[in-house]
Amino acid sequence: MPDSDKAHENPGDKTLFDQAAIQRIRSEVAAWEQSDVAQAQTRLSERRDEFITASSRPIKRLYTPADIAGLDHEADLGLPGRYPYTRGVQPTGYRGKLWTMRMFAGFGSAEETNARFKYLLSQGQTGLSIAFDMPTLYGYDSDAPQAIGEFGKCGVAISSLADMEVLLEGIPLDQVTTSMTINSPASIIWAMYIAAAEKRGIARARLGGTLQNDILKEYIAQKEFLFPPEPSVRLVVDTIEFGSREMPRWNTISISGYHIREAGSTAAQELAFTLADGFAYVEAALARGLDIDQFAPRLSFFFNAHNDFFEEIAKYRAARRIWARHMREKYGAKDPRSWMLRTHAQTAGATLTAQQPEINIVRVALQALAAVLGGTQSLHTNSMDEALALPSERAVTIALRTQQVIADESGVANTVDPLAGSYFVEALTDQMEQEANDYFRRIEAKGGVLPAIEDGFFQREIAESAFRYQQEIDRSERTIVGVNDYVSGEPPAIPILSMDPQGYERQVARLRRVRAERDNRAVTTCLARLSDAARDGRTNLMYPILEAVCAYATLGEITDVFREVFGEYEEPVYF
Amino acid sequence: MAERKIRVLVAKPGLDGHDRGAKVVARALRDAGMEVIYTGIRQTPEMIVEAALQEDVDVVGLSILSGAHMALCPRITELLRAQGLDDVLVVVGGIIPDDDVPALQKAGVQGVFGPGTSTHDIVQFIRERISEREMLRAA
Repeated sequence: MPDSDKAHENPGDKTLFDQAAIQRIRSEVAAWEQSDVAQAQTRLSERRDEFITASSRPIKRLYTPADIAGLDHEADLGLPGRYPYTRGVQPTGYRGKLWTMRMFAGFGSAEETNARFKYLLSQGQTGLSIAFDMPTLYGYDSDAPQAIGEFGKCGVAISSLADMEVLLEGIPLDQVTTSMTINSPASIIWAMYIAAAEKRGIARARLGGTLQNDILKEYIAQKEFLFPPEPSVRLVVDTIEFGSREMPRWNTISISGYHIREAGSTAAQELAFTLADGFAYVEAALARGLDIDQFAPRLSFFFNAHNDFFEEIAKYRAARRIWARHMREKYGAKDPRSWMLRTHAQTAGATLTAQQPEINIVRVALQALAAVLGGTQSLHTNSMDEALALPSERAVTIALRTQQVIADESGVANTVDPLAGSYFVEALTDQMEQEANDYFRRIEAKGGVLPAIEDGFFQREIAESAFRYQQEIDRSERTIVGVNDYVSGEPPAIPILSMDPQGYERQVARLRRVRAERDNRAVTTCLARLSDAARDGRTNLMYPILEAVCAYATLGEITDVFREVFGEYEEPVYF
Repeated sequence: MAERKIRVLVAKPGLDGHDRGAKVVARALRDAGMEVIYTGIRQTPEMIVEAALQEDVDVVGLSILSGAHMALCPRITELLRAQGLDDVLVVVGGIIPDDDVPALQKAGVQGVFGPGTSTHDIVQFIRERISEREMLRAA
């Protein structure tokens, strides 16, 4: 070996850097700080005492090889497509296949959203992503009393298979993959999607897509839980099992950090809590008796793409490495596909401002770039008007074009994991892995994710971070352009999406027609069978759910069965 | 003589579960010396007004990001009046289009705090309004 003549401190040293050189660099940096930096400071002191990330993490003035002295190229970095996947899960990266441009969309009634899907596909998006309204997310039909005032405001209303059929009309389900952001009633909505496809002659095994279906983060952050944790996790394992058996192209779960981050967590918390949830699902599926390599390849993830450019890139790289290490070393997965973390990313909604909304275009572009440099498989870019409303057609087009410019004009997709080797990025990646491991230990000390949720551990951590962030803004320690600095005082003058005022009536009319025209005895039988299956605790509920859905039982009717059998969860309140 | 602390009920009506802002505001108000009761999410208008009555609050702060504010806020102010709680200061935060503010004010909402509002401004607003109210009562 050519390097064997060099004076390594430890002859068996597998580190990338020559340790003697590292020592010299350390001395040089120390001297530089005492002379060059000190002199520069006397002429011009640094603008702040501390430079922090969006997560309030202090960042050093300079990073050198000394900050990653122990880097082992094979064990820590590897090559793209090789364990531990720090540099990505595909050898050819974006040269082989660009990330999926998948714009989250949904509003009003199924007709309106179907039109928006077709528009987005015509404009070059490469995957679908469905946003459901609040009542749907909570398993309420559009005409339920709890749905008053909420119909169609945050997404599309889907109360039955009939709505799903309208929603997907004209969409080539065997060619396009679809992500569905739905959690507590995920199994039911998924059944509707499957049923709609099968009615069109497309076998379920050909369907590709992702179901968010991550109930643990609901207790922690998004709060769309319905039932208590235990039966909810049972439902998730049912879907994982069903997917492994019947739908090889479908990602059964999108283990999410996006919402945890939106709730106010730091990047490290987002990373740690998401992966901890992931491990909890792995353990739950293993407890069911599933073989890890049967289900793990179709677990997927969903991370936030927040403001701090380099912190985000480090986060994605650390996520891949941590997941790979745990899946192989701790859980003994043998199939490399079980070790590979694949993720969707969305630019951070919480960073969008109502003031000077056009500036959000800039924020989203930088956030999207970070996600791409971090190697995301799929990306949603927010629209500039989303602090005010759901995206207008014009705004969503700009958001999609943002991705297309990054893909086709910026050059960043020419090579795989371009920032590898950056002393800063590799140091941050290491740091984030360490911080995640610290959190894993703390969660384990509490007995795992479920006990930690009951204890309010995650919720308190998030609330602390959220409060600190706001304090930094209120004290002008953190600048938000247009909000606490560079304020213009003009009200936003951009056109806001308006929805079809007939949408609600149309939806309710369809719902009534469905209830009247279906075989109501069959529905009653299906619901009774579902209730028995839910109670016996042994049946995979996807099958009776599919039956009920095909009989045009409504979302509300099916969810009510679960509400009755599983009970409803009330969360402990922390602020 | 010890001044009675301003009592604030912070509530999230309707289905919207996005509670980051409500919690940050609740804590800021508490840090500013107010007595804060946070109801949590998924409150019906009836539950909120009942809590306001039970807790004898000076302020009801509502957090709504779902767009359902025009259905929920007037209902809440109506119920407050029906309970004789006309004096309670009602403020709303969340995603409220400018166009809807006049209607909310007409329904009895006194302060609307959209995205980008600082917690200082909310604290200040509440202090000033309650102070005015106390002066009117004393007169």
